[in-house]
Amino acid sequence: MRIAILSDIHANREAFDAVLEAVHERGPDELVLLGDLVGYGPDPIYVIERAADLTAHGALCILGNHDEAIVRNRGDMTENARFAIQWTRDRLTPAHVDFLARLPFSLQSENRFYVHASAERPGKWPYIRDVDAAERCLSASDVRSVFCGHTHIPAIYYALPNRRPMHFQPLDNVAAPLSELRRHVVIAGAVGQPRDGNPAACFVLVDTERHEVTMVRVPYNHEETARKIQVAGLPGWLGMRLKIGR
Amino acid sequence: MQRFEAGAVIDGFKLVEKLPSGGMASLWRATNPRYDFPLVLKIPFLDPGGDVSVILGFEAEELILKRLSGPHVPRFAESGSLAQVPYIAMEFVTGTGLADLVGNAPLPVDEVARIGTEIATALASLHRQKVVHLDLKPENIILAERGAVLLDFGLARHAELPDLLGAESSMPMGTAVYISPEQVLGERSDPASDVFALGCILYQLATSEEPFGRPTTFAGMRRRLYHAPRSPRDIDHAIPQWLEAIILRCMEVDRSQRYVEAAHVLSDLRNPDQVVLVRRKPQGEGVWAAITKLFFKTDERSLVGKPTLSRTQAGPSIVLAAVDLAKGSDALAGEVLNETARVLASREDSWLACVTVLKTEIIGETPAADETGRSEYLNRLVGLKDWARPLCLPEDRISYHVLEAVSPGDAILNYAEHNDVGHIVVGARASSAIRRHLGSVSTKVVAQALCSVSVVRLKAVEEQRRRPL
Repeated sequence: MRIAILSDIHANREAFDAVLEAVHERGPDELVLLGDLVGYGPDPIYVIERAADLTAHGALCILGNHDEAIVRNRGDMTENARFAIQWTRDRLTPAHVDFLARLPFSLQSENRFYVHASAERPGKWPYIRDVDAAERCLSASDVRSVFCGHTHIPAIYYALPNRRPMHFQPLDNVAAPLSELRRHVVIAGAVGQPRDGNPAACFVLVDTERHEVTMVRVPYNHEETARKIQVAGLPGWLGMRLKIGR
Repeated sequence: MQRFEAGAVIDGFKLVEKLPSGGMASLWRATNPRYDFPLVLKIPFLDPGGDVSVILGFEAEELILKRLSGPHVPRFAESGSLAQVPYIAMEFVTGTGLADLVGNAPLPVDEVARIGTEIATALASLHRQKVVHLDLKPENIILAERGAVLLDFGLARHAELPDLLGAESSMPMGTAVYISPEQVLGERSDPASDVFALGCILYQLATSEEPFGRPTTFAGMRRRLYHAPRSPRDIDHAIPQWLEAIILRCMEVDRSQRYVEAAHVLSDLRNPDQVVLVRRKPQGEGVWAAITKLFFKTDERSLVGKPTLSRTQAGPSIVLAAVDLAKGSDALAGEVLNETARVLASREDSWLACVTVLKTEIIGETPAADETGRSEYLNRLVGLKDWARPLCLPEDRISYHVLEAVSPGDAILNYAEHNDVGHIVVGARASSAIRRHLGSVSTKVVAQALCSVSVVRLKAVEEQRRRPL
């Protein structure tokens, strides 16, 4: 079975389209949208509507902190993020907000657990940036592999029973193993706002028969997204960071 | 622990005969109609409460072996799930175990060189596939008809995969006789570690002695950071200097002094006359050194030098420059030289093999001496050295080869393949009717080389020549 996991799309239409095309070519059995459909980017309506369509056709979709911020009108974010949330809210219809409001914090499929930030207190949106956070995430769940996004930086943590996890930074487009002996936290890179220094969009491809997980990179026209961000009057840094992948 | 009898069937593999094996796994000859090559099943001993390293080693080997290909590793067939019966089914390789030959050491020099060449070839192939073996020893080497085959990847490391094994232990992993100093310090990623082990094996084959004995403690293994083994010629003066130089350069503690790549060892073993003999000065002797030692604790990491990976990725390790000197050095030869300099510049420790071909007739014998009594061969060698002189390369980075052959293209290709050349620079003459008919040397080299090729042409100059005067 093959699963495509898309995280942190952040209203980036160009990246989302490019990734969906790449996903389509690979014909996975399961499609997961791992939260943060909106925020930062200039095309929230397009992304929500396409996500709703994919969900209607069987894709799994969960809630991210930016999606929640739209629903609950939360403002405890960085200034740029807050500004973008307000800008987004002003443009969405109640139906769009309603779609986001119905998204669950997490979902489980077979032995895979999908959650935007961490299995540990999902509604508090903790970041998994180190081995300790990965360990807390695993101890909050008994599922074999947890798939998260939220940090925008690809990573895999491997943990033997009763041992501290080890961190691995997977290479782009090179399949990394999923170990039969271990549990995993797989942190998906971002579709719509990569922050690992590579501006190409990132999604995760899991192959359960080969026991492999790949961070697939998809170059897209980020110049166009940045232009739209500027035209929309969103903070300039949000466009700039797409060009440098930070 | 599950026990198996001959005749048992696991996932379609019928166990035929139990083979002698070590303490980590049982080995069975097996048959399976799905595979057209002889098979062996490796079944790890998984005792509940047993050593966790057994299962970690099994996992590492499965992970890496299935990603490897080529004649120098056993072919991978399938593996069994840990949830049911864990096993790795692979090709049964027939040949002579190097462990059997070690008992006959000291071996004749040409035999040591031949075995060294085969192992270096296998290592170069492995390292090209981004894998470091990290437990190279005679027990893990089969000399088969197709060349050396490396076995047991239980401690191996793939550069693009997580080091699941290394993360679980801070103790050095390897075999005490052959383990490299940087592995003793816990480093598990440098192909140069396998080169060190190769040096230890060659040392043992040439002298019949193990260079560092068989230490059983960490402190004992660490001694190799500070104490050089007896020099091979000290043990047996009949060992030629060039072989000793190769062995000791493999075994340098400081990786900046060691061969960076197995391909370099291969090249030296194939060309003993080109090995540079360095007068080795004993280190850490004298009064001042003794005083310094008293007051300063050595940082052991500094002793083993920097990992070689940053160097090996910078550019080709061995560059072959093929230059046509049949009519002396000309403008094209000069341009080949310029391009060679550019390719060499990408990597500060790259080697240059200068090659020129002396064409012989099909039925011809060795080329006749010319009128002045010097053979054409020597003339070419002198010409080749003169051609390369402007590069100002130190003698341990350059070698000269006058190849006698019917077909220059074949000679260049053959040399490149046998010496694991990473980049060929070759000149191309302007098109002519004969050349179009017969095919040029550069065309053949480009079409058949197993590495990158730069073809150098003289554009501007030749166009000017074509203009009527």
